[in-house]
Amino acid sequence: MTPAQETHPPALDVRGLVKEFHGREVVRAVDGLDLRVARGEVVAFLGPNGAGKTTTIDLALGLARPTAGTVRVLGQAPADAVAAGRVAAVMQTGGLLRDLTVGETVRLTAALFGTGHDVRASLERAGIADLERRRVGRCSGGQQQRLRFAMALVSEPDLLFLDEPTTGMDVMGRRDFWSAVRADAARGRTVVFATHYLDEAELYADRVVVVSRGRVVADGTAAQIKDAAGVRTLEDAFVRLTSAVGTSAGGAR
Amino acid sequence: MNPTYLVLEIRRTFRARRSYLLTLVLPPVVLSVVGVTQPELVVSVALYGAILAVTGCGAGVAAERAQGWTRQLRLTPLRPGAYAATKVLAAMVLGALSIVVTLALGAARGVDLPPAVWLGCALACWVVSAPFAALGLFAGYLLRVEAVTRVLSPVVTLLAAAGGLFVPLDGALGQSARLLPTWGAGELARAPLTTGIDAGAVANVVLWTLVLVAAAAWRFRRDTARV
Ligand SMILES: Nc1ncnc2c1ncn2[C@@H]1O[C@H](COP(=O)(O)OP(=O)(O)O)[C@@H](O)[C@H]1O
Ligand SMILES: [Mg+2]
Repeated sequence: MTPAQETHPPALDVRGLVKEFHGREVVRAVDGLDLRVARGEVVAFLGPNGAGKTTTIDLALGLARPTAGTVRVLGQAPADAVAAGRVAAVMQTGGLLRDLTVGETVRLTAALFGTGHDVRASLERAGIADLERRRVGRCSGGQQQRLRFAMALVSEPDLLFLDEPTTGMDVMGRRDFWSAVRADAARGRTVVFATHYLDEAELYADRVVVVSRGRVVADGTAAQIKDAAGVRTLEDAFVRLTSAVGTSAGGAR
Repeated sequence: MNPTYLVLEIRRTFRARRSYLLTLVLPPVVLSVVGVTQPELVVSVALYGAILAVTGCGAGVAAERAQGWTRQLRLTPLRPGAYAATKVLAAMVLGALSIVVTLALGAARGVDLPPAVWLGCALACWVVSAPFAALGLFAGYLLRVEAVTRVLSPVVTLLAAAGGLFVPLDGALGQSARLLPTWGAGELARAPLTTGIDAGAVANVVLWTLVLVAAAAWRFRRDTARV
């Protein structure tokens, strides 16, 4: 390894990642996934429901253990990167105490990471400084999602995961959320977001990674992916990419 | 453990209306029902309130697991064990208040004891109620929140009655009471009123503490294991 690689490992380095769930039958949620994300990239993780996006993010956050393969985050094991506050995440649902106020929630998160974190700045960058005294249970879905975003910003992470952050939000909520994320990413933070909104991938990501059945089936800019698939819209490319695997796996044709 | 979290958790405990109902209203009501004449009963009922309070941490744990809060905490440096300890300590603060309220009510109704004995009983109640937090955690890591809230206080009340905390039990009932965790805790809580400590009660408390802590640890590990 060259000195440059040692001092600047990629933000995310996933190699041969496999995750199986052993229930009544074995589900292979992630099936040999390879992905490297450089620092400062904004990557859309695009795939149909059940493609393995959330499972991959859980593995990268140390919330689950891989069946095989490795995940390194900023050169560290996921759990270490999480404990050091270098990686943070906005989950799709849950993770909030409804009886706390917005301000209490972010102050608590800051306290858990230790001293010297700027609560006010996190609230402002998430666009919820005016909601500081509101009970979490009284916030709209979009406001709660910006609260999760503020919590994720508290530790000034180098890498931020967003798991379908705008699902269920109205148009205004989505726009407000993304303008907050975009303003923040402009400061150089690496962002990986899972979505099934193709417009979000096209508008907000430098790079689109299409996953299907636990594998990467396309990787590049939205334009490159459309060109490679020989289609004009990302939607057509997405349909072609994600169903092609389906038909071959199903043995049809 | 994190002091900011502990303070916030104590504030949350005192914000919840349920806390007051169970631990500050119910014991005085029980006290009126059983009638306040002997110091022993006042102390026993104070212990009952403290046990209700500390087992209450289980409902919180179950609710916060369901809300994904414990998962969210795993994205912070706080260890799951520190989370459980925070819930228990906050519940024990409520337990302390419940003890003070019940004993004060006893005093107001004419139970006359030297201050040192009041203090001794209060501390004894508080200490022997602590192991019941493990019962709360066990339920909180095992059951859904609805089940915990529905089951826990009736179970505690039943244990308290069968353990002789409301009325002294004789004969076969008295013999079987000795097997229950509430009996040993009650004996030790009332020890400042008498001379000497019953060795059987100490053994009961030690054994039950081990059992309850082991049960809580088992469910806790299962819940926090990475899969
Ligand atoms: N805890 C689990 N137990 C069993 N199967 C699971 C579990 N979590 C996810 N899966 C399965 O793994 C697959 C991938 O799920 P997920 O990662 O949530 O996909 P996505 O986020 O892309 O929609 C799905 O088939 C899902 O049903
Ligand atoms: Mg998902």
